Amino acid sequence: MAGVPTILHVALVWVTALASIALAFTTWDGIGFDSIKWVGLDNFTQLLTDNPQFWPAVEHNAIWFVVLILIPTPLGLFLAVQLDKKIRFSRVYQTAFFLPVVLSMAVIGFVWQLVYNPDTGLINSLIGANEPGHYIDWIGDPDLNLWAVLVAASWRHTGYMMILYLAGLKGVDPSLREASSLDGANEWQTFKNVIFPTLRPTNTIVLVVTIIEALRAFDLVFVFNKGAQGTELLSILVTNNIIGESSRIGYGSAIAVVLLAISLIVIIPYLIATFRKERQA
Amino acid sequence: MSSVSAPVKQRTPIRPARILLHVFLAGTALAWLAPLLWAIYAALRPYGETSAKGYVSWPDKLNFDNFTGAFTQSNMAHYFGNTLIIAVPAVLLTLLLSSMVAFYVSRFDFRLNLALLLVFTAGNLLPQQVIITPLYRLYLLVDLPGITMSGKLYDSALGLVLIHVAFQSGFCAFVLANYMRMLPHELTEAALVDGASVWRMYWQIVLPLCRPAMAALATLLSIWIYNDFFWAIVLISTGENMPITSALNNLSGQYFTDPNLIAAGALLTAIPTLIVYFLLQRQFVSGLTLGANKG
Repeated sequence: MAGVPTILHVALVWVTALASIALAFTTWDGIGFDSIKWVGLDNFTQLLTDNPQFWPAVEHNAIWFVVLILIPTPLGLFLAVQLDKKIRFSRVYQTAFFLPVVLSMAVIGFVWQLVYNPDTGLINSLIGANEPGHYIDWIGDPDLNLWAVLVAASWRHTGYMMILYLAGLKGVDPSLREASSLDGANEWQTFKNVIFPTLRPTNTIVLVVTIIEALRAFDLVFVFNKGAQGTELLSILVTNNIIGESSRIGYGSAIAVVLLAISLIVIIPYLIATFRKERQA
Repeated sequence: MSSVSAPVKQRTPIRPARILLHVFLAGTALAWLAPLLWAIYAALRPYGETSAKGYVSWPDKLNFDNFTGAFTQSNMAHYFGNTLIIAVPAVLLTLLLSSMVAFYVSRFDFRLNLALLLVFTAGNLLPQQVIITPLYRLYLLVDLPGITMSGKLYDSALGLVLIHVAFQSGFCAFVLANYMRMLPHELTEAALVDGASVWRMYWQIVLPLCRPAMAALATLLSIWIYNDFFWAIVLISTGENMPITSALNNLSGQYFTDPNLIAAGALLTAIPTLIVYFLLQRQFVSGLTLGANKG
């Protein structure tokens, strides 16, 4: 009874992932199997030395992760801690912060374009930068656009992290908090020395989720400016080699392999830890 | 304020810190909603007015013309229909198949089952772009004359349903297996003694007990699959066949010619997810944290 789902999953997810690795060492025009040619590491050497978009993309994926883990993640934790204090209207606040998580990245992209549009957008209209000569091009300027997109990504990520931390905080034994305050610890000391260490399982999840989100980032950038200069990402480069003007199967697969390698560095240790704990339980 | 801070013994005194916290939370919440409120405001105003007066200005006229315009001009109903054709079978199939895997893994405890679950969970964590190039080629290779409109898996609703099911069943199998493990083993043991078949145990005993987890996952999956953008952008070539979220990208160039219409179109696309969210918020949130609570 586990057969059908397993075949479907393995065929469409794992066989294709392995095929990505195999194709990364070949060139193929996609017409007939006999045109597949083994080229060894050619795709990779070309990628690492010759592609002006590759290193910026790696850098942007890394920045994406660093920004998400440094700004929206602590903010989400902070909001969760505040909302966990049995205050009034807690549900109302939660609903507001969590709302962006329900929206698709594509819709978020369109909504934020209305904020960033150089002519008609909210920001430029407010600060008077929509007059010719004073333009601030939030979407087109390669020095600005990544940060503009990251604001939108953080807007969503905060609510997601808040919910994960709220669930984690619900699992903290209330007597720990009481004991700590009886010992004379203030709110910050209690949080730092008592609450935060017990949130360790949640922190692990948050870290994994954030890394995966940073590697998967695609929709938002695609809607924004199709990953043009300034917002290149590994996911965008892979996709451009499929639906872009230059369809290069082997080369696109080589980029996918880089993405796969980075993902597995995160996924494997996480799963080993998770399943080891499960076996003990 | 003086009446509040008067030395009347209250059971929950309103401290200045609490008030400050509320001011902070209310302010932040409002800032969080600001981009959406801005989109709603733009969508409610006629384009003529905003182009004459600028977008940051008081309204003379507010109406739903942009919404009705965006909906009818671009034939959005058709794309909502496409989404329905993809999302409903995908959600049902994912739940059915992943609950079968979960049942198998949680009731027959062999080493192999752990490996199976590992494969499913890891597969769900991969970025989609890792598998897209071979998947795209595979979909072009599979001929299905007479079964799909395109005669292939490529550019068909069936193709999208399959990849959604394959990809999402990893997460669901993981969550459901954990859930089923917490059910008392005596239940199935008693059924086994009574001579119930494995299928009956699964369908009549275990599955009904999993209803809360299934409801949470169904909510989550509906929103995820509805919101999917990437699979359809790559695996669907005919604009007409796109589900609504991916179609938005084409429509915004063709029909939504001004920011007011774009705002209206984007908001219309968001409405089904917002309805699900407000009606089933608890399910959605518990679905998200079901997977996460197990560290």
